[in-house]
Amino acid sequence: MSDHEYTPTSKAGKWFNDRLPLLTLANHLTDYPTPKNLNYWWTFGGILTFCLITQIVTGLTLAMHYIAHADMAFESVEHIMRDVNYGWLIRYIHANGASMFFLAVYIHIFRSLFYGSYKAPREIIWIIGIIIYLLMMAAAFMGYVLPWGQMSFWGATVITNLFSAIPLVGEGIVTWLWGGYSVDNPTLTRFFTLHYLIPFLILGLVVLHIWALHVPGNNNPVGIDVKKPSKDTVPFHPYIVIKDTFALLMFMIVFAFFVFYTPNILGHADNYIEADPLVTPAHIVPEWYLLPFYAILRSVPDKLLGVIAMLSAILILAALPWLDTSKIRSAVFRPLYKQFYWILVADVLILGYVGAMPAEGLYLLVARVATAYYFLHFLVILPVLGLKEKTLPIPLSITEPILGGTANLATARNKESSIK
Amino acid sequence: MKNFLRILSLVIVFLATPLSSYAAEKVEYLKTDWSFKGLFGKFDRGALQRGYQVYTEVCASCHSMKYLSYRNLSEKGGPEFTEQQAKAIAASFDVTDGPNSDGEMFTRPGKLSDKFVMPYENVKAAQAANGGAYPPDMSVLVKARGGGVDYIYSLLQGYEDPPVGITLDEGVHYNKYMYGNKIKMSNPLSDGLIEYSDGTNATVEQMSKDVTTFLMWTAEPHLETRHQMGFKAIVYLIILTILVYFSMKRIWSRVETKV
Repeated sequence: MSDHEYTPTSKAGKWFNDRLPLLTLANHLTDYPTPKNLNYWWTFGGILTFCLITQIVTGLTLAMHYIAHADMAFESVEHIMRDVNYGWLIRYIHANGASMFFLAVYIHIFRSLFYGSYKAPREIIWIIGIIIYLLMMAAAFMGYVLPWGQMSFWGATVITNLFSAIPLVGEGIVTWLWGGYSVDNPTLTRFFTLHYLIPFLILGLVVLHIWALHVPGNNNPVGIDVKKPSKDTVPFHPYIVIKDTFALLMFMIVFAFFVFYTPNILGHADNYIEADPLVTPAHIVPEWYLLPFYAILRSVPDKLLGVIAMLSAILILAALPWLDTSKIRSAVFRPLYKQFYWILVADVLILGYVGAMPAEGLYLLVARVATAYYFLHFLVILPVLGLKEKTLPIPLSITEPILGGTANLATARNKESSIK
Repeated sequence: MKNFLRILSLVIVFLATPLSSYAAEKVEYLKTDWSFKGLFGKFDRGALQRGYQVYTEVCASCHSMKYLSYRNLSEKGGPEFTEQQAKAIAASFDVTDGPNSDGEMFTRPGKLSDKFVMPYENVKAAQAANGGAYPPDMSVLVKARGGGVDYIYSLLQGYEDPPVGITLDEGVHYNKYMYGNKIKMSNPLSDGLIEYSDGTNATVEQMSKDVTTFLMWTAEPHLETRHQMGFKAIVYLIILTILVYFSMKRIWSRVETKV
């Protein structure tokens, strides 16, 4: 939080602000001291907010025309594509928007991994982020079911069936989820309801995510605490606002290209075939953004253990602030971690690739090795690395290239005064 | 900035890789120039009108087109028949309407607002008439097949005698582009099968191309608007991005940090 108190200049403004300090909030948001060395990887927070709003606005519009009924859903989507004014545009923005949302969130997460943004004192921001990510996956999965195409239906069947792996109560849970004895109309209507609800939960969590961020302030590429406000920081407006806008526009160009020129490339052709419970597609594959986890699921021969592995792969991220024992945040000053970081990136991309392939032969072998490595990275490499790694000297502040700082501001200040 | 763009473009390329790899196991499709591809892609009006003729004279006896209405035939961006022509086309079909004030169903000539008349009463009837195989609805067919237009175009020309060693059941045909090579639909096209009203020579290749173009339009009726709007939107975004870039440079020139 910025240190100074804000008082509105006008009488009316003061009267209002004393009763509801909205102007103080607005002032905090514009003045918010931000490290001035944030690079473009930091612009994805703003981009993600844009994605969420876009999904909510286009989603609301689609919901006005969509019919959540097993016999009418597919037709109503075609109605949107053909007869609703610019319905095709709204639907393609929504469908590709989901992919763009995940593209942005993966960059956002991997930025955090590189610069150690999850470390103290930002653990809560990170954990809220993981919850948002989980909710995004749930929303995306249920949204994919709504057009009631073949992949919708069979994807829903495969994913809901995962719960049957739970001993004793599994089958009962699946029936309860379905609202019947197979994926059918009750499943569709409840998925629609939840798909409508979840984005607003995400919106609430995003507010908490940003609130929690504004307590310690942004991490930065150097990964040290900065004094706020100081010559290391700039006010959020106009500096960060204009930079975020620039990055957002570049992102929108890519987005627009998908929407206008290859709107279906990220989807699966089978989803333009109406759902048929009697015909199983040759390959059932999830959307690209879920593929790494799908690969982990399939790499374990036992169903229950596979489900546990898949869930752990996501939940392990929540424990990351404690698994990573290094006090140094930024990978810039961690030569070994930097290499392992890029291996992890490659590992996740490989998992995504094999997730799209049939689970057999070499693909299965690669999936197993990559899955094992994924867990090895978080459970063994990170804790050990933090203790053993010889890190590079880090500067005392962003502006001054004096070395000998630490990630923590108080210790850095002590050192600074002792140097002087 | 440079680093950032390099990494970002790598990620985007990788993102598209698993999708294109689906096609890897399949045969190479026949290629032709589609007028609707590319930044400014538009439908060839003549091909759409001929394609409609192929659909209605050949395909429509088995394949429905349930999401299209006769009015679509005269709409902008489609075959663009005149309204008179579209009305005449609609009127040439008998549509069951009703019930009337006596509670009876009755038959009347089609109107622009009617959906395309279905060849069969229901799926079961379609299956019964086609040896158990249901001829898929063609409204979104090109989007519902992995290879898209190239697949449909190739399939129509892919009928040949089965290789030695492959025996086909009664009512099953060999097609080298079909998944699994076995198809229930008999070869629908032959040279000179129909007589194009515009005098074009109706070769199998010509008819395949025309009807596939028509199917692309039925699946994406707003494709032309999409391309036109897309170009404008992207040019607008690029100009805005450049302007914002220079404002950003200017604003950040007040602090000694590069952006």
